[in-house]
Amino acid sequence: MTKINTHIGRRAFIRNTSLASGGLVLGFSFLNSCKPEQAKETAGMEMPKEWFEMNSYLKIGDNGIVTIYTPNPEFGQNIRTSMPMLVAEELDVDWKNVLVEQAPYHSEKYGFQFTGGSRGISARWQPLRMAGATARHMLKEAAAQTWQVPVEEIIAEAGVLQHAATKKSAGYGEMASVAATLDVPEEVQLKEVKDFKLISSSQKNVDAKRIVTGAPLFGMDLQKEGMLIAMIVHPPAFGMTLKSVDGETAKAMPGIQDVVTIKSFKDGFEKGGFDTNAFPELVAIVGNSTWEVMQAKKKLNVEWQPTSAFSETIAGFRGKETRNVPAGLESTTAHKAQMEILAAKPGKIVRKDGSPEAAFKNAAKIVERSYSAPFLAHNSMEPLNAFAHVEGDKVKIAAPIQIPAFIIPTIASSLGISQENIEMEMPRMGGGFGRKAYAHFVVEAALISQKVNAPIKLVYSREDDLTNGIYRPAYQATYRAALDENNKLTALHVKAGGVPESPLFANRFPAGAIDNYMAEEWTIDSNITIGAFRAPRSNFMAGAEQAFLDEVAEAMDKDPIQFRLDLLKRAKENPVGEANEYDADRYAGVLELVREKSDWKENDTTLHRGVSAYFCHNSYAAHVLDLRMENGKPVVEKVCCAIDCGVVVNPDAATNMAEGAITDGVGNALFGELTFEDGVPQKNNFHQYQMIRMKEAPNEIDVHFVQNEIDPTGMGEPPFPPVFGAMANALYKATGTRYYKQPFITDKPPLVG
Amino acid sequence: MANFNLKINGKTQVVDIDPTTPMLWVLRDHLKLVGTKYGCGIAQCGACTVHLGDNAVRSCQLPVSAVGEQEITTIEGLSENGDHPVQNAWMEIDVPQCGYCQAGQIMSASALLKRNPNPSDEEIESAMNGNICRCGTYTRIKKAIKTAANTEGV
Repeated sequence: MTKINTHIGRRAFIRNTSLASGGLVLGFSFLNSCKPEQAKETAGMEMPKEWFEMNSYLKIGDNGIVTIYTPNPEFGQNIRTSMPMLVAEELDVDWKNVLVEQAPYHSEKYGFQFTGGSRGISARWQPLRMAGATARHMLKEAAAQTWQVPVEEIIAEAGVLQHAATKKSAGYGEMASVAATLDVPEEVQLKEVKDFKLISSSQKNVDAKRIVTGAPLFGMDLQKEGMLIAMIVHPPAFGMTLKSVDGETAKAMPGIQDVVTIKSFKDGFEKGGFDTNAFPELVAIVGNSTWEVMQAKKKLNVEWQPTSAFSETIAGFRGKETRNVPAGLESTTAHKAQMEILAAKPGKIVRKDGSPEAAFKNAAKIVERSYSAPFLAHNSMEPLNAFAHVEGDKVKIAAPIQIPAFIIPTIASSLGISQENIEMEMPRMGGGFGRKAYAHFVVEAALISQKVNAPIKLVYSREDDLTNGIYRPAYQATYRAALDENNKLTALHVKAGGVPESPLFANRFPAGAIDNYMAEEWTIDSNITIGAFRAPRSNFMAGAEQAFLDEVAEAMDKDPIQFRLDLLKRAKENPVGEANEYDADRYAGVLELVREKSDWKENDTTLHRGVSAYFCHNSYAAHVLDLRMENGKPVVEKVCCAIDCGVVVNPDAATNMAEGAITDGVGNALFGELTFEDGVPQKNNFHQYQMIRMKEAPNEIDVHFVQNEIDPTGMGEPPFPPVFGAMANALYKATGTRYYKQPFITDKPPLVG
Repeated sequence: MANFNLKINGKTQVVDIDPTTPMLWVLRDHLKLVGTKYGCGIAQCGACTVHLGDNAVRSCQLPVSAVGEQEITTIEGLSENGDHPVQNAWMEIDVPQCGYCQAGQIMSASALLKRNPNPSDEEIESAMNGNICRCGTYTRIKKAIKTAANTEGV
């Protein structure tokens, strides 16, 4: 049994009377959960007359119904189902008697409420189980006290407490009133993996019914009495800022209330790592309805001016860092030229093992290939939006954002109020993919509300969303491999860079598997803003590295899977260096599993298949992708996928995530691209920005998980990066051509095959 | 501004509104039927799909003045209890991830099955190609349509 001290979660056990009364945590909650009719439908039971709060994460009704407050914001990875499953498992309650409610933002009670970095489940794995186990222990204590029997003799299972010797039995609801008054135990026992009943059994999405009936769930759906609609106008190009606005014509349009300008940061405010914002000075137009505001927005007469170059210090994750932001209007053509120049020069050496220079000098053969990828826009289906209502020195916010904690200091500073006066709800996000971690739009909503003195919902148009910045950076990587006269790999050299960040992970595979290794990097400053995009940096490096290894295997006349396994064997048995980040056994495990499940055969000429494997977010994923060419276009027949992410909490939901990641990868590998000219993004909506559609999606996706008892690691991101490599390698098999530049399909030149 | 009598989900609704206003915003802002989603505003993503009569249309490109006597059905009115075969299939296959596009997907799928109760893969792809799912749930959407196709009451 795993015994854990409850001290780390003690703040979660602060009693809150508003919870105990059965009301919602905040008076203005609009999130429609736990309404009586839904409760009946969900639980098949009446709503309880009285609730008893066990801790921040759960309350138990007098009839045994349990409400679980799920702490992190949801953007589609289904944590609103899987996180409550962790609580319910240890509470040992019948899942059909569980109601799920979204917790509001409250860091004291709910810790770090964020969605990103594939860390949701791994970060909550212990605390949420502890919340359930603690409540279960208190229920057992309550039964023991009531029945005057030793607590060790009480069994708590499926919502029922029993004492065998006296044949006494009671539902959790009957003991909840006593249990809620007891002291929180100092330590609790968590279940062994083998004893899980709910975890690792597939449960349906708790929000499915509300989604398929169109219930208001998303930030964009919020309606409030007296609420006005606001839209912003940002500069048309990166490197430009607001000069002046004449809003008189627009203001005279029907339904328009006001035109204001806002400044997102107070002078001297020290930005955090997620305060990225290319356009801190904006024009906002406010009116009665979205359509009216959209029409009047076109009548705004705004003048823009160039920005000046500047440097700023950011208090980022890894301490203070300096960012240099140049002036000027940038273009993709110029970026490419700069990237070529830097790729040809020595970079900053991040890791060096052995004597790579000597190995390359003595090589019988050198394989050298360069890879590149463009900027990408996230394009969540729900455009950015936020509700804000500033009243005096207080603000109520409801916003679809990934990391509320990181924007709280900015909101407080920009509004000139204290952080304690910010109330925030976290409605469901219509996709995030990293974009909604950068919550400048929430600050904007709050500032607009303050200026117009009314509750407002800020709505970005699709065009605003796509051209506002925070993109996946443009990257380049050059790989070199040295082979000796026996065709043995003696050295590997990678040099990678990007605009404006480097994608390099110097300590990942194949580092550790090769005696002579060198990793270098470079960067190019830019005023185009970038941010996390599903598996940042990995989403490029995996494709480049795995396509390169495929080519090296070919040069060595080896099967591509066996080649990787041989390298991993070396990394396991006699690793080079000490900073290697990956577990060679688990890495090999997914390759072996995908080899078996895809029925991989060496030198198979009947299928055009590409293999790829990658480690990121502490998990391992391998794909075998089969494609055929039809009228010169690739059709992905099947993707077989193996993942090791430790214990899988909700297998069918995790499978859905992997399917989505694979489809997302296929789309971005084939079409994803955002280019710039004179600082202007060259695509602003889906008629220009090609998104993967059903016709291009894989016909079949077959997902397998490595079965083990390791604590859960990342899931949302890891299956995404290797898709790019599998696609490139399968395209080579299908066309005889290697693909080095993403996107693989462009109008010019056409894909040949 | 003008008055329009609209037949929406079996009820007559009166709105006094600019005639150029797309049905998307009439539904969302004026009638508080927010199941129909704004995604692109230019009929490229399908998130705003509703039924005009029996046809799936993009409500972001349908001015209120063009509706006339035709019946509009939104996701909220597709079935009384949220149990249309397509909705049931969506829940059985557990299709949604973020869920934002799914109302539009369901409206496109239900219109397809009404005119073609047993569509081929190609017919499904053709009917659904106007609906983007950024989360990439296409394989499940296709499976759910096939599941619904084989049930009564489509």
